[in-house]
Amino acid sequence: MITDEIRHLARAYDVVISGGGPAGMAAAIGARSQGAEKILLIDREREAGGILWQCIHHGFGLHHFGEELTGPEYAQRYLEEVLENDIDVLTDTYVCDISPERQLKLMSGRHGIAVVDAKAVVLAMGARERTRGAIRIPGERPSGVLTAGLAQKFVNMMGYLPGRRVVILGSGDIGLIMARRLTLEGVEVKGVFEIMPHANGLNRNIVQCLHDYDIPLHLSTTVVDIHGRQRVEKVTVAPVDGALKPDLSRAWDIDCDTVLLSIGLIPENELSRKIDLRLDPVTSGPVVNSTMETSMNGVFACGNVVHIHDLVDFVSEESVLAGRNAGAYITGRRPPKDNIRLLPGDNVAYCVPHTLSSEREHIVYMRVRKPIEKCSVRFGEVLEKKLRYVFPAEMVNIKVKPQFLENFHGDALRVDVVQR
Amino acid sequence: MAHDVAIVGGGVVGCAIARELSRFRLRVLLIEKECEVGAGTSKSNSGIIHAGYHAGNGTLKGELEWAGNQKWDTLRAELDFGFERIGELMVAFDADQVAILEKYRDQGLRRAIPGLEVWDGERVRREEPAISAAVVAALHAPTAGVVNPYEVCFSLIDNARANGVDLMVDSRVTGIRRDADGTFAIAVGSRTVGARFIVNCAGLYSDEIARMAGAGDFVVRARKGEEYLLDKRLRGMVKKIVFPCPTPESKGILVIPTYDGTLMVGPTAHFVDDKEDRTTTAAGSDEVFRNVRRVVPGISERDCIAEFAGLRAVAAGEDFIIGPSEVKGFINCAGIQSPGLTAAPAIAELVRDMLQDEGLALEPNPSFVPSVRKRVHFATLSTEEQIRLADEDRRYGRIGCRCEQISEREIVDAIHAGARTLDGIKFRTRAGMGRCQGGFCSWRCMELLSSELDIPMTEITKRGGGSWIVCEREEGDDA
Ligand SMILES: Cc1cc2nc3c(=O)[nH]c(=O)nc-3n(C[C@H](O)[C@H](O)[C@H](O)COP(=O)(O)OP(=O)(O)OC[C@H]3O[C@@H](n4cnc5c(N)ncnc54)[C@H](O)[C@@H]3O)c2cc1C
Ligand SMILES: Cc1cc2nc3c(=O)[nH]c(=O)nc-3n(C[C@H](O)[C@H](O)[C@H](O)COP(=O)(O)OP(=O)(O)OC[C@H]3O[C@@H](n4cnc5c(N)ncnc54)[C@H](O)[C@@H]3O)c2cc1C
Repeated sequence: MITDEIRHLARAYDVVISGGGPAGMAAAIGARSQGAEKILLIDREREAGGILWQCIHHGFGLHHFGEELTGPEYAQRYLEEVLENDIDVLTDTYVCDISPERQLKLMSGRHGIAVVDAKAVVLAMGARERTRGAIRIPGERPSGVLTAGLAQKFVNMMGYLPGRRVVILGSGDIGLIMARRLTLEGVEVKGVFEIMPHANGLNRNIVQCLHDYDIPLHLSTTVVDIHGRQRVEKVTVAPVDGALKPDLSRAWDIDCDTVLLSIGLIPENELSRKIDLRLDPVTSGPVVNSTMETSMNGVFACGNVVHIHDLVDFVSEESVLAGRNAGAYITGRRPPKDNIRLLPGDNVAYCVPHTLSSEREHIVYMRVRKPIEKCSVRFGEVLEKKLRYVFPAEMVNIKVKPQFLENFHGDALRVDVVQR
Repeated sequence: MAHDVAIVGGGVVGCAIARELSRFRLRVLLIEKECEVGAGTSKSNSGIIHAGYHAGNGTLKGELEWAGNQKWDTLRAELDFGFERIGELMVAFDADQVAILEKYRDQGLRRAIPGLEVWDGERVRREEPAISAAVVAALHAPTAGVVNPYEVCFSLIDNARANGVDLMVDSRVTGIRRDADGTFAIAVGSRTVGARFIVNCAGLYSDEIARMAGAGDFVVRARKGEEYLLDKRLRGMVKKIVFPCPTPESKGILVIPTYDGTLMVGPTAHFVDDKEDRTTTAAGSDEVFRNVRRVVPGISERDCIAEFAGLRAVAAGEDFIIGPSEVKGFINCAGIQSPGLTAAPAIAELVRDMLQDEGLALEPNPSFVPSVRKRVHFATLSTEEQIRLADEDRRYGRIGCRCEQISEREIVDAIHAGARTLDGIKFRTRAGMGRCQGGFCSWRCMELLSSELDIPMTEITKRGGGSWIVCEREEGDDA
């Protein structure tokens, strides 16, 4: 671990970045590349790096560094770059509020309560996991029901096990990774149960984390009851019909002492809500334009706080852009305004950014609602891109060049993903 | 030496009695089977201080609801817990129901409850725009309020202890017999404690406690209520407690803006055979959300962040059973169903008088201090105040729970005040109650419990007993 904690906290910065995960680190480097001078990267944890520290498995950086790294290795490489770029890093510090004048209020274990002014702000607070309440699993409320990410923290960072006989509800990537991790730790993983007819995690994780360890994946099946007064004793699971309604006549019980929930992430929007940013109801993250600027002037956002990414490489890519634009913002260089709104159409849950400019090149990230093979992504009539398959668990990203947009004269462009 | 009074059960009733008795020169002992007070029904309820007009005349419930209601302002001023009179609206959908509202209003007026008014539909929606257009009128009662019920129990017992009351937790009463000299010998596991008087406030088990002493053969049944908490994004959508006018078929589902601003909807009301059945059910959730949407259409199950169930202790006849028994010196407080929280401060005074009638001498305790030291709610302080505190102790600057913005120092204070479990911290500070439900802070709370109490991580529990959180890695497994 490298630390280079600043001793002295200045009153004013060019760019302040809230959240020091891969998104925040990339944004800081991006801001520096555009000439921002005083840059402050803040994280509430004891070190920057975000969720990466607990992801000790391989699978990071294939796109960005061209080799397969572990989470901590990826974080380390970025952190070195951050420090080489003379960026101030302030950890153990929580950003609690931002005023319309971009004054940030900080709660810091090192500096107490402090206030700093920023010419531009980048939000990079990442995401949090959905919990039991979000899906209202009936039953008792014993200990032993926890999110997969918390279990990952227990095992990888604190050296404890969350239990000895585990059922995993939801097939998100963290759950899949934990299925393998816990099996390696000698824990009995009884199976992964997914209410949808398709898995929610990346295919490579299904293969490498479940199939390779003979862990059963039960699709269209969910947990309908949790038993145990003090600690989980067993769960009842049941298959669901097309409308996701459980068929209790075909339910069965599984003995276990732990239920891990891997039912999705949502952007950490505590702060975004507090400062009243416009949010996208589908992503739950802020609405951003093609410079990754939110509805508040000079406040940019990137990474999981905007929408959930499955690969950290895309986080870095998107965040460098956000940082560069924040850096440009303070020097008064404003790119041409966006003139096209994207409208998610058939089988498109959302698109980020929400608007484009016909004068620049963009990468549009989107998620589909259901899997299709042999399909096309269509941007109205102006652009069609063929894909072998799409899958809700895998983010789709499409490069949109200005020459395509020049032919478009409306103000709203519909995006569809259709069967060929 | 035997205690003067042993109180069995540390729910809100037991805690209120303990605190009331601490005003006198008495040796008082409170015995609670769970690892902290307030762990039963007294933390799992709607948290409403009822307006005072609900329960019928001629019942103890009716008498004590209004008597209790009037004591909460003083109690709050002394004991520093969350309480606010936010008012309530009982809504009607047709003329028949309006007649019922008027009946309730008149019942309240006879008790001289101030401010009761029937509002027309337009006024209702002006004050509460989220209420359904189908509502034609509502009874407004400004005397209704909300409390954080668990905080009430903690404040009461903290104050009682500061004034000399002894507390035994993790201590289940298993037998009661009378010794030759007339004192009670109370079996608590393998130990025995003595007391001249017993007050039975054991909630769901008050029938068993009474039977142990031969002091009553009433039966207490459990009526379950499921409650659902909604994301704090909906804060402010409804400002008063809102519920439909009760009909013979249903008592109606309430929308409760809790003291902390989170909306809660519930409770259901169904008898269960098992007195430990605190399960929430798919049917209960359906019932709650289906009914609540009739009154406030904008509420949806998608906004749910947590749920729980509480068990009302119901005696035959539906009224409270409070009074001396055939065994001299043994007083029952049983069947304390709703509005037992509201009534608790009045019950405490009633029981005090009954003890005196049974022969307990009440001599004022000259060193009685009615108040507790104010707790710091860091997030609600002014920035200047926060800066000052964080300069004194950096642990005020370190975030403990992000959803509720609780500082590490507040969590440490809770541990020093008696919290020994994750739930203990949660109910004293709110850490872990927000939308991430402890995903972020529970391991921090565990580290603090471990270091402050000097116990290993593996001994930390959610709420005592076998509710462990983590276990050791397998020996020698280095995978
Ligand atoms: C279990 C798991 C496995 C994964 N596996 C892979 C993989 O194999 N390959 C891959 O490419 N990607 C993987 N990912 C995805 C990738 O790690 C994430 O997409 C990426 O970490 C998101 O970056 P971020 O910076 O947006 O968020 P985060 O990494 O979550 O960082 C956000 C940071 O902000 C801080 N913060 C939040 N709020 C505040 C505040 N108010 N004040 C100060 N600081 C704040 C947080 O402490 C945190 O450090 C995985 C993710 C998880 C969770
Ligand atoms: C869903 C629901 C909603 C409600 N809403 C409201 C409301 O809004 N307003 C209102 O006024 N009232 C409400 N009530 C009612 C209110 O919660 C109760 O009346 C009140 O909490 C009863 O307090 P208590 O101290 O009698 O019982 P409890 O809180 O049950 O306390 C009894 C205690 O005795 C202990 N105990 C039991 N057996 C033993 C033993 N053998 N040895 C030692 N200790 C023992 C238990 O562990 C427990 O802590 C509601 C109740 C429910 C269930």
